Amino acid sequence: MTENIITITNLEKRFGAVTAVNGVSLNVAKGSVVVIIGPSGSGKSTVLRCINHLETPTGGEIVVDGIKLTHNSKDINAIRAEVGMVFQQFNLFPHLTALENITLAQRIVRKRQPEEARKIALQQLERVGIPEKANSYPGQLSGGQQQRVAIARALAMQPKIMLFDEPTSALDPEMIKEVLDVMQDLARSGMTMVCVTHEMGFARNVASEIIFMDKGQIVERGDPQIFFTQPREERTRLFLSQILH
Amino acid sequence: MSSTDASLGKRGPFLAPQGMERWPWWLLVALLLGLMIVYQILTNQQMGAAFGAVAVGLGVTIRVTLLAYGLAIVIGLFVGLARVSTNPVINNLASFYVEIVRGVPILVLLMYIAFVAVPLGVQGVNSLGEWSLANLGLGEALVNFKVRDFPNEWRVVIALAFAYGAFESEVFRAGIQSIEKGQMEAARALGMNYFQAMRHIILPQAVRRILPALGNDFIAMLKDSSLVSALGVEDITQKAKLYAASTFLFFQTYSILAFIYLIMTVLLSRGVRWLEGRMSIYRR
Repeated sequence: MTENIITITNLEKRFGAVTAVNGVSLNVAKGSVVVIIGPSGSGKSTVLRCINHLETPTGGEIVVDGIKLTHNSKDINAIRAEVGMVFQQFNLFPHLTALENITLAQRIVRKRQPEEARKIALQQLERVGIPEKANSYPGQLSGGQQQRVAIARALAMQPKIMLFDEPTSALDPEMIKEVLDVMQDLARSGMTMVCVTHEMGFARNVASEIIFMDKGQIVERGDPQIFFTQPREERTRLFLSQILH
Repeated sequence: MSSTDASLGKRGPFLAPQGMERWPWWLLVALLLGLMIVYQILTNQQMGAAFGAVAVGLGVTIRVTLLAYGLAIVIGLFVGLARVSTNPVINNLASFYVEIVRGVPILVLLMYIAFVAVPLGVQGVNSLGEWSLANLGLGEALVNFKVRDFPNEWRVVIALAFAYGAFESEVFRAGIQSIEKGQMEAARALGMNYFQAMRHIILPQAVRRILPALGNDFIAMLKDSSLVSALGVEDITQKAKLYAASTFLFFQTYSILAFIYLIMTVLLSRGVRWLEGRMSIYRR
């Protein structure tokens, strides 16, 4: 039985009067690909952002790679070093080239030498398929290329876990495939991934577990094949009928 | 003609000015007047003399502007950062400074600093000197430091920097807050701490955005440097006052004074405009 690298117990996140996440418990096994789907406002992105403390949980407990997530900034930074994140809006640093985007955190957080950082950066750019764009600025890249640079930037920190927050939702349809291909390769190489996405094809083919959330709670979870063909819950059936067309 | 044509009025819908309507007439007239004044300075004896008398103060004007502005920028950066800080002590101290200083005319601030703050400061330095003399055996210079040894020019530079620092801090704060949240999130997600994120990601972008505003404030500082004349420091304004009072050539002297300021501010304005153009190329 593969150990769980992320353990979330009874997670709760309130924003003032609104409870975005209401008692969510889930485990992520090492090397698995967990895909969270659900309607807008279901709290799926919030759960993801709690894992690396971009949102502060108001209840429950999260343990990442044996480190309990608390308010202690040392713990938070330790966790963030092991967890890479890819955002819907890419969030590349526009004043730096692609290469500089990827080497910056390596140098100032991991304290690597510039030459070593550069080598690793170029390796990751090769891995995502755009080594020739190393000296381009984000503004000169297409959306799909920018997102791939963002993935390379996260990978260069050699994290144990990669979080994806709707990585293709801001992309033109033609570019979605190139990013999903990179993510699929990553999954095959054994990376532990937690993805929030609307891409059902990806979820079906790549996920080792699907979690369906609605209104801050997990409605149904399970093996992707079973989930898509024989959903148990009524709410799940409704959701699937709306999105699969 | 349909009723809609009539309702649009005689000139119809708004048309961008064409041909001679587009010329910057104001600039042409201003340039003409400028050339006339230059000609006068070169040929008319009184104008020439007035120019000579006033221009002597240029060194002081430029020095005060550069020093006060440089200090104001440094103050602005730190106070701006303090204003966006989540620490309530730092945040409130900064807000207190900004709100109070922005609400007082600079001339009043100058009087306060020149005649209240500086003497108090000198007293403090004296006390420090006495203590160090008694306990460490040195510091005689500190004890003997007198208020009148503190140059007026320094007092004005401090006052101007103190006043403008409050405004610049708002410019920095606006710049920092204009950077979208995702930048800080990406930086933190990569493991950077707040200061690393500020230094490498937020501030470089924020500063680029606020350069035009900072440029405009520099031009304002150049004009406010004329306040040194309130303390008798001999910049171009003070020189003009003295010259005009002794020769009664008010028209010539003050025209030349205004002319000198205008040349500097118009040139700087063009510079700021050029800077804005460069900024918009770099940003997506």
